[in-house]
Amino acid sequence: MMLQSSPSDPLLKVENLVVEYVVGGKTVHAVSDVSLDIARGETLGLVGESGCGKSTLGRAVLQLRQAQSGKVMFDGNELTSMRGEALRKMRQRVQLIFQDPIASLNPRRRIGDIVAEPLVIAGVKDPERRRKMVSDVLAAVGLDPALVMGRLPHEFSGGQCQRISIARALVLNPDFIICDEPVSALDVSIRAQILNLLEEMKSRYGLTLLFIAHDLAVVKAVSDRVAVMYLGRICEVGPSEQLFAKPAHPYTALLIEAIPVPDPDMRPAESVAVGEPPSPIAPPSGCRFRTRCPRADAKCAAEVPELRSVAAGQYAACHYPLA
Amino acid sequence: MTGNVLLSVEDVVVDLPTPRGNLRAVDRVNLEVQAGQTLGVVGESGCGKTMLSRAILQLLPKKAKLGGRVMFDGQDLVSLDRESLRKLRGRSLAVVFQDPMTSLNPVLTIGTQLIETLQEHLELDLAAARKRSVELLAAVGIPAPEQRLTQYPHQLSGGMRQRVAIAIALSCEPKLLIADEPTTALDVTIQAQILDLLAREQQRRHMAMILITHDLGVVAGRTDEVAVMYAGRVVERAPTPALFKKMRMPYTEALLAAIPKLDTAPHTVLPAISGRPPDPTRPIKGCSFSPRCRYAVARCHGEKPELTEAETPAHQYACFHPIETPAAVPA
Ligand SMILES: Nc1ncnc2c1ncn2[C@@H]1O[C@H](COP(=O)(O)OP(=O)(O)OP(=O)(O)O)[C@@H](O)[C@H]1O
Ligand SMILES: Nc1ncnc2c1ncn2[C@@H]1O[C@H](COP(=O)(O)OP(=O)(O)OP(=O)(O)O)[C@@H](O)[C@H]1O
Ligand code: SF4
Ligand code: SF4
Ligand SMILES: [Mg+2]
Ligand SMILES: [Mg+2]
Repeated sequence: MMLQSSPSDPLLKVENLVVEYVVGGKTVHAVSDVSLDIARGETLGLVGESGCGKSTLGRAVLQLRQAQSGKVMFDGNELTSMRGEALRKMRQRVQLIFQDPIASLNPRRRIGDIVAEPLVIAGVKDPERRRKMVSDVLAAVGLDPALVMGRLPHEFSGGQCQRISIARALVLNPDFIICDEPVSALDVSIRAQILNLLEEMKSRYGLTLLFIAHDLAVVKAVSDRVAVMYLGRICEVGPSEQLFAKPAHPYTALLIEAIPVPDPDMRPAESVAVGEPPSPIAPPSGCRFRTRCPRADAKCAAEVPELRSVAAGQYAACHYPLA
Repeated sequence: MTGNVLLSVEDVVVDLPTPRGNLRAVDRVNLEVQAGQTLGVVGESGCGKTMLSRAILQLLPKKAKLGGRVMFDGQDLVSLDRESLRKLRGRSLAVVFQDPMTSLNPVLTIGTQLIETLQEHLELDLAAARKRSVELLAAVGIPAPEQRLTQYPHQLSGGMRQRVAIAIALSCEPKLLIADEPTTALDVTIQAQILDLLAREQQRRHMAMILITHDLGVVAGRTDEVAVMYAGRVVERAPTPALFKKMRMPYTEALLAAIPKLDTAPHTVLPAISGRPPDPTRPIKGCSFSPRCRYAVARCHGEKPELTEAETPAHQYACFHPIETPAAVPA
């Protein structure tokens, strides 16, 4: 499956990536034949329900999880075949921010050391220089370096811990950050602060982002393009505004409909009784969404739908896309 | 106050002793729920929603101190003996928690749990209880309910478990169902199905419901009245349409504005609320929202605003400088 949407200058290119887990002798098809491009300076949002393979995809891009097959190209280099020093150097340009801000910070280390850790690994030997870099990046994420450097993670709230994680991801001045549900664990009032901060850091550090979330509105707020994932496959990808205004894949439409809207005049439409996602251990044949799709027919069970162009820059993997 | 008030929470205070000092989790809350109506309780993590529901249910932690009255169906629950409370909780007062595993027993099958509840409270014989169980599971949208009776909770998905918990809660036809973040742990498509299920059963049974959530979107289309909580207190209360169209409390406005909406253009700077809620063991002298409120003036820092009436007695807010104009909801 090839995507013709290739931006002219992709920083990241994922081609036909397959990632599986074996659990108790059974294969979990976590990521199946996924292809994606992310242009330099772009934010690509990745949405989908729990267990659809978003984190697995992110980890496979970072080479933290070995792929069964497929390629990951970063800035023209194939990460999948890189080893040792070369991979380590390349990885410094790619960072990860996790969902659980408190659990992702070592509880016994001081904030100054936590944020300095990537510098130590990268071989920045001069402690004074490290201190300066840590202090600068903490200030950039809105924390007072003098106040926070000597303290431990448990002394901070979830939102502050997420700022610290962001500082740690930024300290090596990377090109690309994978944000894996960076605001899902935060309260509404804190969420907006962190989303604004990510946007600000993106322009300040010239970043490219893969932004993973299950909340469509959050994804839309920060993304240029959005990819929708279902049970290990990408079912639709397109420019944010366009995708939300005119979803072509029935699953995208279902996701949009299910969002609770804070407006009492918009009485929620009675949800379609679409059941639950099937297990990734035995995904349905053909289109994986067919067991919940109101449009499914025999062809959907027999043939895997390929991503096809439905509008400028918008691609859907469906035999019967919505008009 | 009309005659069909089913629940009235009067000046309820919950104090929790902690190593850091006394923590006032719920601070003089007053609420009513009419029979057959849905009240939404909205607020951020730690604002006291769960402690309020546990105060109503008389299920507070042992060391907690409860003040005020909870009148339910003509009885003061605070002074009721344990046996009467236990009967009441199984029958006319039911609850669904965020994590269905807190109400399900992991070592008993779904069938045993449902059948026992029905036998105990409705005194049905085994055959009748079994039949009723299958009907209930079908009503909450569980496919192949007969087979499910023999399954254990861990064999079901999160969404299915929540459906079972709802089936058990509904089994004795309660007059009031308290649903404490029933969908927070679920995916958005499953959330919509569970909320619809609750709304449908609530109407069909003419049951009253308290729907607790941190998501203003969840209460907007699904409640008759909303109470917004902040730092243990109700800071605004109104019929749902009035709350969204004419909110008076700056916190409600800020909370709504901070949510990314589907029609917000990408890369728009979100109107975030600065800072974070106060430490509940270090009470703030004035309005608890004052450190974060953009309208705060000197008086807000020194004096606590009490709930006052807006145009109608049903709409109340606790603020010295309420928003006068209809809220500019960023559409
Ligand atoms: N280490 C693992 N071993 C076995 N199976 C795994 C492992 N990690 C993930 N899985 C399975 O792979 C599938 C994809 O999981 P993944 O964590 O990538 O999903 P996700 O989209 O990130 O979900 P969430 O929104 O819950 O974070 C799921 O079925 C999951 O149970
Ligand atoms: N068992 C307990 N002992 C001491 N303090 C507690 C206990 N349970 C909760 N608290 C505190 O009481 C306050 C209110 O908590 P509560 O659980 O009611 O909040 P909530 O609004 O339900 O939050 P959430 O949205 O996270 O569920 C919080 O400050 C919390 O830390
Ligand atoms: S391919 Fe068929 S089953 Fe899949 S989304 Fe399209 S119509 Fe539905
Ligand atoms: S009382 Fe003052 S600080 Fe509190 S919400 Fe009103 S204006 Fe803001
Ligand atoms: Mg994940
Ligand atoms: Mg709670």
